[in-house]
Amino acid sequence: MGYSWNWDVLLQPSATGDGTYLGWMFYGFKMTIGLSLSAWLMALILGALVGVLRTVPNKALSGLAAAYVELFRNIPLLVQLFIWYFVLPELAPAALGDAFKQSNPIVQQFVSALLCLGFFTSARVAEQVRSGINSLPRGQKNAALAIGFTLAQAYRYVMLPMAFRLVVPPLTSEFLNIFKNSAVCSTIGLLELAAEGRQLVDYTAQPYESFIAVTLAYVLINVVVMFAMRRVEAQVRVPGYMGGH
Amino acid sequence: MITMNKVSKHYGAFQVLTDCTTHVAKGEVVVVCGPSGSGKSTLIKCVNGLEPFQSGEVTVNGISVGDPRTDLPKLRAHVGMVFQNFELFPHMTIVDNLTVAQVKVLGRDPAEAQDKGMALLDRVGLKVQALKYPGQLSGGQQQRVAIARALAMDPICMLFDEPTSALDPEMINEVLDVMSELAQEGMTMMCVTHEMGFAKRVASRVIFMDQGRIVEDDSKDAFFANPRSDRAQQFLAKILQH
Ligand SMILES: Nc1ncnc2c1ncn2[C@@H]1O[C@H](COP(=O)(O)OP(=O)(O)OP(=O)(O)O)[C@@H](O)[C@H]1O
Ligand SMILES: [Mg+2]
Repeated sequence: MGYSWNWDVLLQPSATGDGTYLGWMFYGFKMTIGLSLSAWLMALILGALVGVLRTVPNKALSGLAAAYVELFRNIPLLVQLFIWYFVLPELAPAALGDAFKQSNPIVQQFVSALLCLGFFTSARVAEQVRSGINSLPRGQKNAALAIGFTLAQAYRYVMLPMAFRLVVPPLTSEFLNIFKNSAVCSTIGLLELAAEGRQLVDYTAQPYESFIAVTLAYVLINVVVMFAMRRVEAQVRVPGYMGGH
Repeated sequence: MITMNKVSKHYGAFQVLTDCTTHVAKGEVVVVCGPSGSGKSTLIKCVNGLEPFQSGEVTVNGISVGDPRTDLPKLRAHVGMVFQNFELFPHMTIVDNLTVAQVKVLGRDPAEAQDKGMALLDRVGLKVQALKYPGQLSGGQQQRVAIARALAMDPICMLFDEPTSALDPEMINEVLDVMSELAQEGMTMMCVTHEMGFAKRVASRVIFMDQGRIVEDDSKDAFFANPRSDRAQQFLAKILQH
């Protein structure tokens, strides 16, 4: 039973007549990138905020931040996705829930996927930010306070600039994860890269070409992300500083 | 300038400071010494409120440190502090280390702050290093920068917590020289240090601590000539051997 390779199939017009199969893949590729980048932006902002709150002396604030992290980190991603997509629109105030359900299905899928990935990843970013701050020498905070900075200024000018440098390498792997995790969103019908891969298999009956093409697209994303994060690392490197990875 | 009245502090059941009372007058240089774990760092950090304490009172220039209404950042801005591990801000150039708080805390004009920073660097002999980063300097140089950073805030007094004990022996003197100069200019100083040579030359008074208590608080001459407690005698005998 020989497999007959046929890479040309990717360039053939699709069964539905809307461009080529490669065009389908490109649509999924754009969806994966758009979703992942917007969720990453959300995760960075929320994660930085929550990670900082986890380290403040105020017990109520740090406790709240800890609860946030536990909530979003420990519920399986797929379950969170279903909650955002299926459950919350029912629980939301009627007007909001109905507006959501009447909107374009692609918008529904994208918004649910964005919130799901964004909150999930923000909890993981928060943990990295917290451990970055905690790994700074204790004396740095004292030195910042001793010179007259308020606690907020000590974070702003002294602790966070160093903590963020320390967390660039662990954040790289979170950044890569968000692209991988975005594949889960095909389960609610979002046509991102993995979903398009499955479509290609169904329509072209050339599974190897389809999966290889999709795999290469993910590899390309990984390479670009790693390269970009290396650049960031090099940009923010502090001359003479050997401290703590 | 600095008064401490029956200051006590405990962590749970562990008593770190017990009824510490002393007074540092303007222009005085007080050396604090004592065995490891005796509470020297804790005592000196109570002066600028970096360590909270449960009872007693600390005042700096008449302002109560423990009073919750006191604006601690404002008070600290004028109380210089130098740490064992320098604690320069590693991501800033040397000159930025000297200007950031002048600008952000005191609201000085950046150009003016820069001039002041450069003048102080010149004073500690490090003007050529202004654009380097802390990690590129030796320990002795970093500590001199840390002193200059504190001076840039125009402090009314200075606190030192073992400023030379993280340094290689050949760098200790360059830091002690800067401190001696400061003392001669009349700066009020409270120094935790085991450099007894420095104490003999520069100190007005010596405080000896043991197990969280101020055991001796004497003029320098009285302390070195004839320490009253056995613990201080043993401590001196041990430290002067080296
Ligand atoms: N956060 C803390 N919790 C419990 N005990 C503490 C804490 N911080 C300090 N201590 C204890 O308080 C005591 C005094 O500490 P401190 O650092 O003031 O001593 P020190 O005289 O400065 O010692 P050294 O010469 O080693 O610097 C020590 O026994 C120390 O173990
Ligand atoms: Mg100490």
